[in-house]
Amino acid sequence: MRKFGTWIVFLTPVLVLLWASPGFATLGEDASSIQADQVHLNASVRVVATQFYSVHEMNTPTGTTIRQYVSPAGQVFAVSWQGFSPDLRQLLGAHFDEYMAAASQTAHRGRGVHIETGDLVFDSGGHMRYVVGRAFLRSKLPSGVSRDEIR
Amino acid sequence: MRFADARTLISLCGAVLLSFTAACGGGSSSHSSTGGGSGSNTQAIVVNSGPDNNYANGAFITVTVCAPGTSNCQNISGVLVDTGSFGLRILSSALGSLNSALPQQKSASGAPAIECAQFVSSVLWGPVKTADVGMAGEKASSVPIQVIDASVAPIPAACKAIGPAEEDLASLGANGILGIGFFISDCGGACTTGSGNPGFYYACGGSSCQVMAEKTTQQVQNPVALFPQNNNGLVVQLPAVSAGAPTVSGSLIFGIGTQSNNALGSAQIFAPDNNGNLKTVFKGTTYEGFLDSGSNAYFFLDSRATGMPDCPSPESGFYCPSSPVSLTATNNSGSGSSATSTINFTIANANQLFSSSADFVFPTLGGPNPNTFDWGLPFFFGRSVFVAFEAPAGSGPYWAY
Repeated sequence: MRKFGTWIVFLTPVLVLLWASPGFATLGEDASSIQADQVHLNASVRVVATQFYSVHEMNTPTGTTIRQYVSPAGQVFAVSWQGFSPDLRQLLGAHFDEYMAAASQTAHRGRGVHIETGDLVFDSGGHMRYVVGRAFLRSKLPSGVSRDEIR
Repeated sequence: MRFADARTLISLCGAVLLSFTAACGGGSSSHSSTGGGSGSNTQAIVVNSGPDNNYANGAFITVTVCAPGTSNCQNISGVLVDTGSFGLRILSSALGSLNSALPQQKSASGAPAIECAQFVSSVLWGPVKTADVGMAGEKASSVPIQVIDASVAPIPAACKAIGPAEEDLASLGANGILGIGFFISDCGGACTTGSGNPGFYYACGGSSCQVMAEKTTQQVQNPVALFPQNNNGLVVQLPAVSAGAPTVSGSLIFGIGTQSNNALGSAQIFAPDNNGNLKTVFKGTTYEGFLDSGSNAYFFLDSRATGMPDCPSPESGFYCPSSPVSLTATNNSGSGSSATSTINFTIANANQLFSSSADFVFPTLGGPNPNTFDWGLPFFFGRSVFVAFEAPAGSGPYWAY
């Protein structure tokens, strides 16, 4: 189990978020992109802080859980998801094309992708109706954080 | 699913094997009482390179598709047997002229219903049509199926945001997918509503497509659950495989406890949790797991948890240990029963396995899938794996083996 800190904050979605720029971002972007995701995905958000980072957990109306991992510097260094497939273009931002290329190259029936060649580490698996995945940037992992914590 | 795409592919002899026959439903209509696996409730499975001659660990079957209520039928070979999805999907190119004879499903407003079928890292796009679907001595009437045909309308952006669309034989590696997991409809209740709809079904007016609510009975259906008999589940039966091989043969047996060849016997029942998963324990940690004939390897954990390195690119989706590694895991029911079973399995170096150009059946093929145990086709070798459907067709959902 991850070593969560002791405080939990529930962010109340506020109207101003509706006016946030609908930038397509997240992985590798600053934390403000999460607000755009929240609006785009019509999701509620809960923030859990740990010693090394905070996790912004969204639950979308389809029941999909999305977690975005934010470093102390305010940067999204990892995302994870489970449930119906989320909008990966939104979540992966600039890294979406890497995923698409890998999925096109190796996926022969859509049962998962594993990328671990450059800075991006991407995994997805599961079955119809229930997909589990994660993506993170190796160069952005805060020191002291294990990849095993991203799930 | 991944496949061995680094190999030199010797094409030709496979191609699209469409045999034309008027024998809708194909095979005998008498009932076997011998339990030998050759009765009218049994359709042959072959594990081989598939219709595009490059598939590793693909289990294929022949499905007879007919225009509803007619003898206008085609036998479609090279259809992937997939316990990890729900519903029949056939490439339009494999259907040929039959495609135009299959009625198009319409939305409430009369627009064509077109589906974005969501797999883990790809989508299939194409119209929902109605067909009679036969295997062995069984035939389901007027089944909603998907015709994979990206030409009918532009793929919506929300669909393309899930993954690449597999549109043809080259990208799919099969003439279709026979989704025979334990659910009857492919999306389920989530797609019946306006809000929180994951977007499987679209109503398309011209090139403009909008997500639509779709009743579960109108969704693409697991055709086996709609057979008039032997419809409560099935058995995937494949022989034990000791080493790489070009091909092996097995059976898909319809029904559970309905004939002498499909009794549960001493098989243990593993019911899924709310996510459709059982529990797999490995080295003291419990993970989500599932039995998926449509995954072509044991996909589990990662190189850090297993100690096995990923293969070099382009096969980084598989493990490449320097020598075969023997592993043990335990499956427990995801809910309800106390079923438990220990599984011993071996993972070998995928690049070495693929170096044998004649082989397409690999009992020791494995690859990474962090925090999850995807018990793919190698798990099915040497087992009879039961898939019990949800109500009303069956008393599942569960797996048993």
